[in-house]
This record gives sequence, structure tokens and C-alpha cells, in this order.
Amino acid sequence: MITTAGLTKVYRSRGRDLTALDGVDLHVREGEVFGVVGQSGAGKSTLIRCVNLLERPTSGTVTVAGQELTALAGRGKRTSRELRSARSRIGMVFQHFNLLSSRTVQGNVELPLEILGADGKERSRRAGELLDLVGLADKAKAYPAQLSGGQKQRVGIARALAGDPQVLLSDEATSALDPETTRSILQLLRDLNRRLGLTVLLITHEMDVIKTVCDSAALMKEGRIVESGTVPELLATPGSELAHELFPIGEVPSSDGRTIVDLTFHGEAAAQPVISRLARTYNVDVSILGAAIETVAGLQVGRMRIELPGRFEDNVVPIGFLREQGLQVDVAGPEAAPAPRQPAVEPPHLAHAVKETAK
Amino acid sequence: MTWDEMRPLLTQACSETFQMVGWSALIAVAAGLPIGVLLVLTDRGGLLQNPPVNKVLGAVVNIGRSLPFLILMVALMTFTRWVVGTTIGVEAAVVPLSIGALPFFARLVETSVRGVDHGLVEAVQSMGGSTWTIVRKVLVPEALPSVISGVTTTVIALLGYSAMAGSVGAGGLGDLAIRYGYQRFETGLMNVTVLVLVVVVTAVQLLGDLAARAVDKRGRGSTSGPRLRLLRTPARATAATSSSATASSATETS
Repeated sequence: MITTAGLTKVYRSRGRDLTALDGVDLHVREGEVFGVVGQSGAGKSTLIRCVNLLERPTSGTVTVAGQELTALAGRGKRTSRELRSARSRIGMVFQHFNLLSSRTVQGNVELPLEILGADGKERSRRAGELLDLVGLADKAKAYPAQLSGGQKQRVGIARALAGDPQVLLSDEATSALDPETTRSILQLLRDLNRRLGLTVLLITHEMDVIKTVCDSAALMKEGRIVESGTVPELLATPGSELAHELFPIGEVPSSDGRTIVDLTFHGEAAAQPVISRLARTYNVDVSILGAAIETVAGLQVGRMRIELPGRFEDNVVPIGFLREQGLQVDVAGPEAAPAPRQPAVEPPHLAHAVKETAK
Repeated sequence: MTWDEMRPLLTQACSETFQMVGWSALIAVAAGLPIGVLLVLTDRGGLLQNPPVNKVLGAVVNIGRSLPFLILMVALMTFTRWVVGTTIGVEAAVVPLSIGALPFFARLVETSVRGVDHGLVEAVQSMGGSTWTIVRKVLVPEALPSVISGVTTTVIALLGYSAMAGSVGAGGLGDLAIRYGYQRFETGLMNVTVLVLVVVVTAVQLLGDLAARAVDKRGRGSTSGPRLRLLRTPARATAATSSSATASSATETS
């Protein structure tokens, strides 16, 4: 739905070049919620603003819903009519809401419809529907200054949906909100994604946002995408930085005479009492060094780091047992020499990650 | 000089001042608003970035502002005659007054428009709005409270300029004070004139503040509610587009 190829943005200031985007290839599938995380300065904001060409990329292409926007841009700084019409089919919500203080809530939602040339009756009907959708029908006549942050963002979302977009871009939409409001806004985005089949590209610096709503995620560093994939895929990728960030389980301690094993749980396996079964069946002492198990995108997933006594060779059988349980097992530490691990490049289904481990 | 002698003089002078200031303010605002907006749009990083136009416009505005009004008035006489056909009287004063106030107001508009959050511009761009849409629906409406304050300041400055209009025989309060108060030692009339000017300036400021507050919907808490009530007597009956009406309906629903 959204594809960028070789997207590069270089800012030139006082003779010095600053590369904000360095050849970004992003692919967002139709109907998914895709999150881009990274620290401030990583280029996320530039990336999302390049998607609707609020920021003109220095080179590379952007294609949204089959339309190559970079080809519509036209020469020079002026915005062509074609690009403007393409933009009107891409909704965008902002960190600081960007609502017009001089207009009521309804007036703000009607603004994109005015730009699209809808008549007054149609505008107010549509605005009413949208405000209903975001749960703010009773605030239609209020001014933004009279609303709370969460309500303002709901207005922002209603406004972004006014042009019936297939794609919604969210630029740190929850970063100015408190945790509880963040949850309700994310819930709303999730809901809209399901009900309207809306493709959502969001950028954030909060891992929690990815955990709560995203189907897929990408990690950005210094203008590049260093990791990207569906959340289960990322979890199943050994050494994945995103998986580690999503489920931090601490550092690997030095392991002399013991074996450190990282387990990744997906779906059903997460509900099984695997560890106690392991301890009972093989009579080994299992220490749990760290664990993080949560519900990601509606599925139970998590990671756990355990310690088994003895070296890797002594633990082949228990590790085999863990694999049989449908867990992904990665042996950490200096002696680790497990079977060649297959990077998760397969289609995004939990079954595949499980299949790998069951071999 | 008795009050009965003063009254016709004052009425005449007031009417002249109001005419001069009223017309020139109208012209200055009508022309200064687009110039002020254009100064922002053509500036570096603006929506219609155009350094040559910006430089020329800026230079013209600066020249207009650097001339003392009295000199401007004399310097413009040829132009004034060309426009209104005379260099004497209220009409002749309106021309230099408008031209004197125009750059002043344009700069005030420029500052107001610069104060509009760029995020709003981006939001409308992301909806596919054109530059003209942005000017009409974002820059001007969002800067309006501040622009109205600018109008107030401009009108008060014009009242000051208009005192010099007597030198082209346009009359007005300033002229009255000079001719009677200064040249004929009529201290009583002088004092009354000063009082009238103080009252007029205060009234203009008050009205301007009220108008600015009425259109300002930013950070309106419950405290500014009662004040606005002054302005919206028949709010329910007026059209929904009038600011006082929307303000009242907003408070009703919230």
C-alpha cells in the first residue's frame, strides 16, 4: 500500500550536508498497522513527512495506493494539482493535533471536505458521522481550546478520515498524551484499522505503541531502517534488536559450565507450563534469568531467558524437548553452537516460526 | 470661550477627524492585509518563496515607515492631486494618511501571520489544500485576533497623524487644538480637545480589545465567558457565522 524505494533526504545548511534519510526501502501492506520506531533524530519524522511529500525527498520514490507520488510532484517548489488531490486521499494526524483554534470541532472536521469541494449539507452530515465514529458527537460546537488532549487527537483523527482515505499517517500521534489516553487513542486507531480496512503507518519512539497496535514494525537508526518485519517475525529473529527492545530480558551473563537459553513464545506455547514440565521430565534445575510475556497484536508472545546447569553438550536433550514444545530456542553464550538458524523471511504466520523449531 | 461657542467647533473637528481616520484606516487595512500576508509568503521558507519580490516589498514598506508623516504628506502632494484632484481638505489628507499607515499596518499583519503555528499550515497541506486555501482558511482566520489588535494600533496611530492634517486644511481635532488652543491661547478649548482625544483613543482601544477577544477562541476558559456577554445581546438570532453567535452556542453545549 505504501512503498518507498531508495528514499533519501539530505538537508543542506550552511554548506554542510545532513543526511536525514539514507536509502529507505519501506513496504507497508494493505490493511496493516505498521510502526516505525527509533530515537529522536533517527529520521522517522522525515520519513513519514516524505510519504505525503510534505517534505520533498532528495531522491527515491514514494508510491501510495499504486500511485507514484514522487512522479506527481512536478518541478520546483510548487505543489501540483495532482499531488494535492493525492494528498487529500491520505489522512494525517499530528503530535500536536494542529487543529485550527478559530474553528469549532465540526468546522475543523469540515475543513478537508471544504477543500474537496463538498457542499454545506454534505459537509455537516459527514462531519457528524465522523465525530460519531470517534465518540465526540456531543462536542461538535466546542472549540479545540475547550477539549482535553485526547479529545483533540480524536478530532484530529476524525479530520484525517474526512477525505475517505485508504491510508492514515500518524506522526507521533500519542506522544503528547498521558498513558491512559494513549491507550484509548491506540485502541481507536486499531478499531478504525479493522472496521474501515485502513492502512496505518505510524511513527513513535514508544515501544509500547508498537506492542499495543502494530502488526509490523521497523527500527530506524541514523536515517536507515535496520530491522523490519511483522512483530512475530521480528520476535523469531535471533539477535533482533527490536525484539530485545520489545521484550527486554537483560544482558547475557558469563556462562562457564552452564547453558543460557533464550526461549521465544508464540500463541499456544505461551499458555503451556513448559518450564515446569521440563524440570519434572528431565530433573534439571531451571533458573529463570529474565522473562517478558505479553499480548502483542492480540496474540500471546514473549521471551524468556533461562539457565540450565552444565555445558551445551550436557543439555542437548532438554533443549530438544523445548523445541518439540513449539518454542523457538536460541542458545546464547560462548559455547553455543546450535543448528544453523534460519532467519525469519517466511510469510508472516506464527505456524512458520513454529515449524522451524519443530524440525 | 463658552461651551456653546466650543460645541460647533468640536462637532465639526470630530466629524473631520472621524472621516479622515475612518477612510484612511479602511484603505490601509484593505491594502496592508494582503501586503503583510505576501511579505510572509514570499519570505525564505515561505509558501511562495520569492526573494526578489520579498526584498522589493520589504524595501518599499521600510521607506514608507521611515518618513515622518508631515514630510510624507508634503512629498505626496503631486500624487494626492493626481488621485483626488486637490491638495486641500479631508480628501487630500486621506491619501497621505492611508499611505502613511499602510506600511505600518502591513508590518503588524506580517508579525501576526508569522505567529500562526506552522503545524496548521502543514495540516492543511496534508489535506491537499492549495496556498490560497491556506491563506484563506488558516493564516488569516488564525491571525485574526492579533490582526484586530493591529487595526486598533493603526487607528490610534492615524489619530496621531491626523493632527498634522490641519496643515493641508483638512481640519480635525489636532488642527483645532493648534489653531485655537495654541495660536489663540484658548486654554479651555485646548483642554477639552485633549479630553476628547483621550476619550476617543480609549474608546477605540476598548472596542478593539473587545473585538479581538470575541474572535479569539484560543485558551478560552470559563473566565472570559461573562465578558463576552457584553457583545452578544441578540446572539441567538444572528447567523451562525458571526463569532459571537458561535461563541454562545459553544458555551451552551459545553
